[in-house]
Amino acid sequence: MGEVSRFWRESVHRYRLMGNQCGNCKRIFFPPRDVCPICHRESIGKMKDFTLSGNGTIESFSVVHDVPPAFTRQRPYIIAIIRLDDGPSVTGQIVDSDPGEVEMGKRVTSVFRKVAQEGESGIIEYGYKFVLA
Amino acid sequence: MSDVYIIGAGETKFGELWERSLRELAVEAGLKAIENAGIFSRDIQVLYGSNSLAGIINGQENIGALISDFSGIAENHIPAIRVEASTASGGAAVRQAGLAIKSGEYDVVMVGGVEKMTDVYGSEIIDLTSSVLDREWEAFFGATPASLAAITARKYMADFGVDKEALAMMSVNDHLNASKNPDAQFKNRISVEQAMGATPVAEPLNLMDCSPVSDGAAAIILASEKYVKKNKIDGIRIASSADAQDYLAVHSRKSLYALDSARIAGKSALEKAHVKLDDISFAELHDSYSIYGLIELEELGFAERGHAKDLVFDDIKLGGRIPVNPSGGLKAKGNPFGATGVGQFVEAYRQLKSKCGERQVKGAKYALLHSMAGTGSMSVVHIVGGE
Repeated sequence: MGEVSRFWRESVHRYRLMGNQCGNCKRIFFPPRDVCPICHRESIGKMKDFTLSGNGTIESFSVVHDVPPAFTRQRPYIIAIIRLDDGPSVTGQIVDSDPGEVEMGKRVTSVFRKVAQEGESGIIEYGYKFVLA
Repeated sequence: MSDVYIIGAGETKFGELWERSLRELAVEAGLKAIENAGIFSRDIQVLYGSNSLAGIINGQENIGALISDFSGIAENHIPAIRVEASTASGGAAVRQAGLAIKSGEYDVVMVGGVEKMTDVYGSEIIDLTSSVLDREWEAFFGATPASLAAITARKYMADFGVDKEALAMMSVNDHLNASKNPDAQFKNRISVEQAMGATPVAEPLNLMDCSPVSDGAAAIILASEKYVKKNKIDGIRIASSADAQDYLAVHSRKSLYALDSARIAGKSALEKAHVKLDDISFAELHDSYSIYGLIELEELGFAERGHAKDLVFDDIKLGGRIPVNPSGGLKAKGNPFGATGVGQFVEAYRQLKSKCGERQVKGAKYALLHSMAGTGSMSVVHIVGGE
């Protein structure tokens, strides 16, 4: 599932946790949006890049056993929804941590990692994951 | 505006149907519905096809033409359109078909839902079904439909002090009802212990919390009030229809367990039908994962937030206060995405005609049918029944 341009296009957002901020209501979004879902027309042309700190709290998580082919070598892995200190929540893996230590409410910080590989000769996709802080 | 009536319904068996193709399934369900309605294929004025994933699973798009052609009606030259709304495609297609009748343009409409999911090997289906999520910001990082339901389940259980046993009871109920449904994928009853002790899929959810990979098709014939009266047909009325959207990704929603789409569509459907929850004889819920069944009971108004656990041990059983999924639901009747929502209408039609034998809901008058996309990005709710 993927052509190079699809991953290349989002690389700046995935490598640097780059979201954006509505110039009208100041809400921060990740991933970036062209239109603020609160301010609608008032936000058009006022959405400004915003780099998130990567620090946040585990809202909830799952230990995934039935995984898609691109993730076979990581099985089982922990996928979580993280509430970032800057406002938005993101979906990402928690790695380099003892699964027994992972709990809702614990602090995490983002790291830059290989996310998946499209087969033996396919492109390697990078992005953010999280580690316990 | 015309009322809309179901005048015929048919479906294939749901399951792992290795020997059956996408088109064969669609045609079987369609012919059964036509036969059941007592009409001829030439009476159908437009066909709405419901399908979610044929493009990536079977390499087949242009589903409207495929179904109409192999149903033998190509030379009737009627329009045939595919409706795609992920796992809510079925409910969405029925709603579009009903609106087409209400507009006055058509009097007899067919809705056919189909999905052929076993045509891929092993874990490939997990990647393909993950296309109902946000591919770039959920699935890219390894989130699957099951893992997002699991994330919701863990948070819900912690916040409201709900045990895993309450989730298991949804699946126990589904299997018990499916054991009485000849069209169901699973006929085996399961115990709470079996439901709780199954192989983990995405903790805290296990295999018995998750709807299976299914093949199947379902079809219904809808007709206008004028047509039903003229031909003296004893149809089943669709009392109302409503749908609502939400954010695509779970992480964008107001909480990890809010299914706003279900709440808003449910409230709207009840209002449009002038029906109260107490009037509902049974509900067919989109319990693709056990946790969703509980949350849907709350969002649709059957229980307060965190209290679906008070319903799942007794009230949702056949003969209980609000029977849930007499068909066997997504867990045990099966979940062939595009057919699932249409299959709910097949069940409602048969229930309201008192043709469900052992799983008949006694004195069934109104059914509430809930079809949901992915992790809750869209819900379609129909109230079926009444005068």
